[in-house]
Amino acid sequence: MMAKPAHAGRLRRAPENFLTREQIVDVQSGRRDFLRKAFVAAGASLSVQAWAQGSAQPKGDPAILELPAHSHTLGLPVAERGYGLPSQYERNLARRESPGLTRVSAASVSFAPLQGLFGIITPNGLHFERHHQGWHDIDPATHRLMVMGMVKNPKVYTMDDLMRLPSVSRMHFIECGANTGMEWGNVAVPTVQYTHGMLSCSEFTGVPLKVLLDDCGFDRKRARFVLAEGADGASLARTIPMDRALDDVMVAWGMNGEMLRPENGYPLRLVVPGVQGVSWVKWLRRIEVGDQPFATREEVLHYVDLMPDGVARQYTWTQECKSVITTPSGGQTLLDRGQYNVTGLAWSGRGKVRRVDVSFDGGRNWRTARLQGPVLGKCLTRFNIDWTWNGGPAILQSRAIDETGYVQPQKRQLREVRGTRSIYHNNAIQSWQVDATGEVRNVHLG
Amino acid sequence: MSIWARLAAACLMLLAGAVAAQDRYPGIGRAATPAEIAAWDIDVRADFTGLPKGQGTVSQGQELWEKKCASCHGYFGESNEVFPPIIGGTTADDVKRGRVRSLIESSDQRTTLMKLSHLSTLWDYIRRAMPWNEPKSLTVDEVYAVTAYILNMGDLLPGDFTLNDQNIREVQKRLPNRDGLRPFPGLSDVRGKPDVRNTPCMKDCVKGELKIVSSYPENAKDTHGNLADQNRLVGPVRGVVTVAGAAKAGEVSASVGAALVRKNGCQLCHGITSRVVGPSFREIAQRYAGDVGAGARLVTKVKTGGSGNWGNVAMPPQSSIADGDIQSMMLWLLNGAR
Ligand code: HEC
Ligand code: HEC
Repeated sequence: MMAKPAHAGRLRRAPENFLTREQIVDVQSGRRDFLRKAFVAAGASLSVQAWAQGSAQPKGDPAILELPAHSHTLGLPVAERGYGLPSQYERNLARRESPGLTRVSAASVSFAPLQGLFGIITPNGLHFERHHQGWHDIDPATHRLMVMGMVKNPKVYTMDDLMRLPSVSRMHFIECGANTGMEWGNVAVPTVQYTHGMLSCSEFTGVPLKVLLDDCGFDRKRARFVLAEGADGASLARTIPMDRALDDVMVAWGMNGEMLRPENGYPLRLVVPGVQGVSWVKWLRRIEVGDQPFATREEVLHYVDLMPDGVARQYTWTQECKSVITTPSGGQTLLDRGQYNVTGLAWSGRGKVRRVDVSFDGGRNWRTARLQGPVLGKCLTRFNIDWTWNGGPAILQSRAIDETGYVQPQKRQLREVRGTRSIYHNNAIQSWQVDATGEVRNVHLG
Repeated sequence: MSIWARLAAACLMLLAGAVAAQDRYPGIGRAATPAEIAAWDIDVRADFTGLPKGQGTVSQGQELWEKKCASCHGYFGESNEVFPPIIGGTTADDVKRGRVRSLIESSDQRTTLMKLSHLSTLWDYIRRAMPWNEPKSLTVDEVYAVTAYILNMGDLLPGDFTLNDQNIREVQKRLPNRDGLRPFPGLSDVRGKPDVRNTPCMKDCVKGELKIVSSYPENAKDTHGNLADQNRLVGPVRGVVTVAGAAKAGEVSASVGAALVRKNGCQLCHGITSRVVGPSFREIAQRYAGDVGAGARLVTKVKTGGSGNWGNVAMPPQSSIADGDIQSMMLWLLNGAR
């Protein structure tokens, strides 16, 4: 029965020709008397009550009554796929570029599909990507890490060396400093994948950077910063202050039980918990210990925050407390009225998330959501809250509070201090508007 | 101390260090050789620590630029093709002040020279990363030359200038935005004090009407492709169909049909499992299961509307929907409306 392709371009809501917006709202809120007027206007004859009468009761769901093939045939053998893949029905959840954001795809970003993820761990194949000069799949046997600068013994480590050291595994979020950066001014993108998808969370395995700094005998008196540098064409370089370097920074090779993916720095990357993603140098080849920050390109020309007075803040590392509702979120439609588990993610670069509140009326009133364990420092925290959608319009927001007592700000509050040209560090409360048809839209409130 | 004594002492110290390290993790890592360190230690700090000796003229730089850089950045560094422009937006007044005025006033394009506050940064970056497709292919002198030419294009150096490791400190003082950065401990210190404050109000937190100041525009819905194809096929929500006919003929998947049903507002009158004004979609699917001609009949019925099959209430004609889309919806429906 399928024939010619459907017309190109955007769809129009058919009933809009027939029902006004108010009437749609009426239907959804259960008031059907509007139909008389509407149908008369359309020249149809009808009896409003008649719909309820005269149809055969169905025997049951064919999904139950008629056994599907998988219930009466033999399935595939083990090891059919040496490395397992998601179901064919899950292809829609993929990382994607945001059209028009950058000009060349090797110096660009792909966003993680937060709208479809559960819990707090990002599947490795869906981890967001940011490359400045493309990615490589580096042979781990030839990869080297050099630690030098203000150290007694500059040293070279192979992967074999590193993986013999006492390792740790810890779960942390990584968020690009520019996450939500397109939204400083106006609404710019439709879905949570593009507003917040430069965010991922993994269990990383590696050796604390402190172990290597100690092993090389770093200069405890004078050393104040380290430079981390990648082995790729960009040799991306970032300054890490010593107090962080000695605290929870890791030189990692493992990610969610397997090695890092090439797109995420295989075979070695820096993990700098709570700090913007650009500091998590991928394909890590060099650590230099020094007594001053290094003023690299990603610390002078980019990843600085332009304030209203025209001066830019430099070395703004911390990713402040932030949260977002992932379901329902922009570009989705609710299936029906009734029960929903509204769910989302909260995180803070300063430590643990203490509480998340959710509003369904644009921030007028708030209810506290359930935090799902584990709740870890500098790690994503999943929150859930029940909601009955009665078919009326709603504006959903979430507001996280971290263990320092910091409260995620409103867009207005953020802009009052920092203006609208910062690009980085936009941690404002996100608003999703649900209209009477159940469609969810990205909006900013004044 | 004699040279020998000093050497011996140094050796002893080295040994001691090596032993100390080995004590902790025997057999892990080895000493980096001076040549290895030199090969990788390429960074140049704001105070020019790490800058190698060398020099390059503006005219050498121009030749290099036109050969190796202009294809991507434009002959005058003005191109917006692969990256925002490198040159432009700075004035002689900015050079005097050390702050770029257009960073205060405009919200548009920010060029590299508008933002640059450390010359070391430009030098270091070109050396490590440019040309983009051939990074680290320039010699030290070539990096000086092309840096000099960029500054010349930005009216910061005369055409006969030779940039070297000595005069670069003087040239630094001409950068238009040299005083354009400041530290902010609130976000750099581990325990930094935040600059933006909110309070956890729980009740009646908004005074007056809610004002939506910006909203994803209806007419830009398809900018990011078909959102129905970016969401799961089951669960509490579906993606909105933003590109109709995204699926090709014969390839129409059931999910496209499901999304079109939501998109076209059919659920105003049909629940998936419950009746609203018309029958539920499952009911319809059930009635026509196994009926070979049902597809075509239902397409016509949806198009022209009418009553009688389920009761006296009529379905209004859905005449503004493309045939292909109605077919997709009926495919989904007759597949069980799931
Ligand atoms: C094949 C294209 C290409 C060529 C050739 C090229 N560049 Fe680039 N250049 C880029 C891209 C792309 C970026 C941005 C990379 C990123 O996003 O990290 C860039 C960035 C830069 C920047 C940093 C600008 C900023 O504000 O961050 C400078 C400076 C630069 N290039 C100079 C040069 C010089 C000098 C040459 C020639 C020796 C050159 N480029 C050749 C593509 C190119
Ligand atoms: C304003 C209410 C309304 C809307 C909107 C509406 N329908 Fe219906 N629909 C009905 C009613 C009432 C019937 C029962 C008609 C009958 O008894 O023949 C019906 C019947 C149907 C049937 C079964 C027809 C048959 O002969 O058994 C299909 C299929 C159908 N609708 C599909 C759709 C689709 C697809 C849309 C959206 C494009 C839609 N409807 C929108 C009211 C509506």
